[in-house]
Amino acid sequence: MTPPRDAGGDTDDAVQPAASAEETWELRLYVTGRTPTCVRALANLQRACAHWLPGQYHIEVIDLMENPRRAAEDQIVAVPTLVRMHPQPTRKIVGDLTDTERLLVDMQLRPGPARLTDERG
Amino acid sequence: MTSLSETPAAPLLLKAPTGIRGLDEITRGGLPQGRSTLVTGGTGTGKTLLGLQFLVAGAREHGEPGVLVTFEESAEKVTADVASLGFDLDGLQRDGMLIIIAFPVEAAEIVETGEFDFGPLSLVLDDAIRRIGARRVVLDSIEVLFGAFKARAIVRTELGRLFGWLQGREVTAVVTGERADDALTRHGIEEYVSDCVIVLDHRVHGGVATRRLQVIKYRGSTHETNEYPFLISVRGFEVLPVTAVSLDYGASSERLSTGVPRLDHMLSGGPYRGSTVLVSGAPGTGKTTLGAHLIDAACARGERALLVLFEESPDEVIRNMGSVGLDLGRWVEAGLLRIWAARPSAFGLETHLTILAGLMDEQKPAIAVLDGITSLTHQPPQADVVSMVARQIHLLKSRGITAMATTLVQDDEASGVGMSSLIDTWLLLRNVESNGERNRLLFVLKSRGTAHSNQVREFVLTDHGVELADVYVGPGGVMTGSARVMQQGRERSEQLEREEQLMRRKRELKALAAQGQAQLAVLQEELAAQQAELEQIASREARLAAEAKATRAALAAQRRADPG
Repeated sequence: MTPPRDAGGDTDDAVQPAASAEETWELRLYVTGRTPTCVRALANLQRACAHWLPGQYHIEVIDLMENPRRAAEDQIVAVPTLVRMHPQPTRKIVGDLTDTERLLVDMQLRPGPARLTDERG
Repeated sequence: MTSLSETPAAPLLLKAPTGIRGLDEITRGGLPQGRSTLVTGGTGTGKTLLGLQFLVAGAREHGEPGVLVTFEESAEKVTADVASLGFDLDGLQRDGMLIIIAFPVEAAEIVETGEFDFGPLSLVLDDAIRRIGARRVVLDSIEVLFGAFKARAIVRTELGRLFGWLQGREVTAVVTGERADDALTRHGIEEYVSDCVIVLDHRVHGGVATRRLQVIKYRGSTHETNEYPFLISVRGFEVLPVTAVSLDYGASSERLSTGVPRLDHMLSGGPYRGSTVLVSGAPGTGKTTLGAHLIDAACARGERALLVLFEESPDEVIRNMGSVGLDLGRWVEAGLLRIWAARPSAFGLETHLTILAGLMDEQKPAIAVLDGITSLTHQPPQADVVSMVARQIHLLKSRGITAMATTLVQDDEASGVGMSSLIDTWLLLRNVESNGERNRLLFVLKSRGTAHSNQVREFVLTDHGVELADVYVGPGGVMTGSARVMQQGRERSEQLEREEQLMRRKRELKALAAQGQAQLAVLQEELAAQQAELEQIASREARLAAEAKATRAALAAQRRADPG
C-alpha cells in the first residue's frame, strides 16, 4: 500500500533552525560501482557542493556492489541515492542530480538564513 | 474435468508446490518452477499470505529456502502478521531457510532528479539468494515502486531488467500486484510476469463478502479455469476446488444408524460412515427432527457431533426436539454435542467455511448436521451457494465426517441438482395433502452402494420421535394420515361384518341340519311304528287263519264227515 503523501514533512523544515554558516553538510551517495549514472551523479554533486558549500561539506560514497546488505539496511532501492545525513532532518534524493535546482531546493545546499522556499508538494 | 491422477501432457514443465490446499490441485502441481507467477488482487485479498505460504511450504516441506522482498511493511510486521497462522518466520530465518528483506517505500520521502536504476534490488536479492541457496522468491508488492517514483519510463525499464535477471537466476518467483478496475495490475506488470497469472478477489454480494481465486493463465500447462472460493483460516490459505471431491478420501463400509430403526432398514442398515445424507423437503416436513435423531443416536453411541443451524437458535431446537422426545440438551451438557447457530446473512460464505473448519477442528465430530442450508440462498447469486455447500460437504467428507444436510425445497427433485453428485444418500420428505390435512411421506431418492427400499413410508412425528408407517395403497391412491387410519378402520369393520355374516350363515346351516336330523328321527320313528303295526297285523292274520282252520276241523269232527 502506498500511504498518502505526507505534505506535513515540509513543515518540519520550517521549524528547523536555519543552518549556520559554520555547519558541515554530511552527504552520503549510494552507488553500484561505476555506472554512468552513478559517475554523473557524483560529478554533479561535487560541482554543486563546491559552488554552494565551499569547504562546508563531506561526501561519503557507499558502493553497494561491495556491500549489498547495506542497501536493505539503509533502505536504498535505487541508485544513485543521495542522503543528507546532516543537517537534520534526513533527506533522500534519487537520480543523477542533473537538475541542480532540485538539488538546491531539496538538500538545502545553500547555507545561511536565506533559504530557498521549499516548492515541493 | 481432468482428475489429478492423469499425467499432464507436458512433463517437461516442472512445478513448485505451493503447499496451499487446493491451489496445487487447480494448477496440477504448483507454480511453474524457475519462472515468475503474478498474483494480483485488490487490497486485503490475501496476496501476501499466498506468497508467504509458498515460501514457508518451500522451506518446511520441500527443502527450498526462500527470500521475501516486501515493499509494503517492515520485516517485523510481516512476521507478526503471520505468527497466528503458525508460520514461524523468525525460526525459518534462524535456520537459514528464509531471508526477509524489507523496503517499506514511503513515496513522500523520495525526491528524484534525473536518471536512476534499481541496481540495489538485484544486488540485495542476489546476495540473499546466494547466502541460503534460495529457490523461491516473493516480491510483495513491487508495484509500490510505481507509486514511489514519478519517472514511469525508468521504473518500467528497470522492472523489466529485474525480471529478466530473476528468470536467469532460475528461482521460482511470486510477484504480487495491485488489481485495477480495467487491468490485471495497476501499472501493467503482467507485461513482465506472464508465465502464470493468479487473480484473487474479495467480492461483496448482498452485503456478504466472499474470497475467490482464479488461475487465468498458465503457460505450458493445463489448469482449472474456474473461480474457486478460498479461505484464510488458522491453517492459512486454503482453496477449495470442488473438482477434487471424491478423489482423496477412503470409503468406510460401516453402517451408521440414523436413530430411526425403520429408516435404517430402508437403507439396508443405515448410511455408510463418512457419507453424506441430504434430506430435502417442504417446510415442516420434519427435516430437523431427522437430523436430531442422527445426532441423538451418535451421542448415545458416545460419538461427538456438530449441529450447525442456519435457521433457528440452539435453544429453540433443543426445546422443539424435546417435544418429540429427543433430549439434545443432555448431549450438549455432556460435551458430545456442539451446536452453532449461524446467521447466514451475518457472514460471507467464506467466513462460514472458516468457522465451520474451525468448529470441526475444535469439536472433532464424527457426525455433523447442517440444518437448513437453503437459508444460504438468501445470498445471491445462487450458484455461489451451491458451490459453497459443495465445499462444505467436501470439507466434511475429506475429514471422514458423516454429514446430514437438510434443505428446504419447494419443487423437490429439481432443486438439488447442483449438489446431487456430492450426496450419497438423498431422502425426500414430501407433504401430501388430502382430506383437509397434510401428511408427510418419506422417499429414498438415492443411496449409493445400498440396495435401498423403493417403498414410500409415512413419516409420523410422535412424542418419542420419528416413526415410519407403511402407507396404505388403496383404490384411491396412496392414503396417509387419518385417511389411512379411517381406511384401515373401514377395512377392519368390513372384515368384521364379513366374519359375522359367515358365522350367522354357519349357525343357520347348523340349525337347519339339526332340524333335518330331528325330522329324520321323527320319520324313522314313524317308520318303525308303521312297521310294528304291519307286523302286528300280519301276526293277527295268521292267528285268525289258524283259528278258522281249527274251527273248521272241530265242525267236521262234529259232523263225522269223511276225512279229507
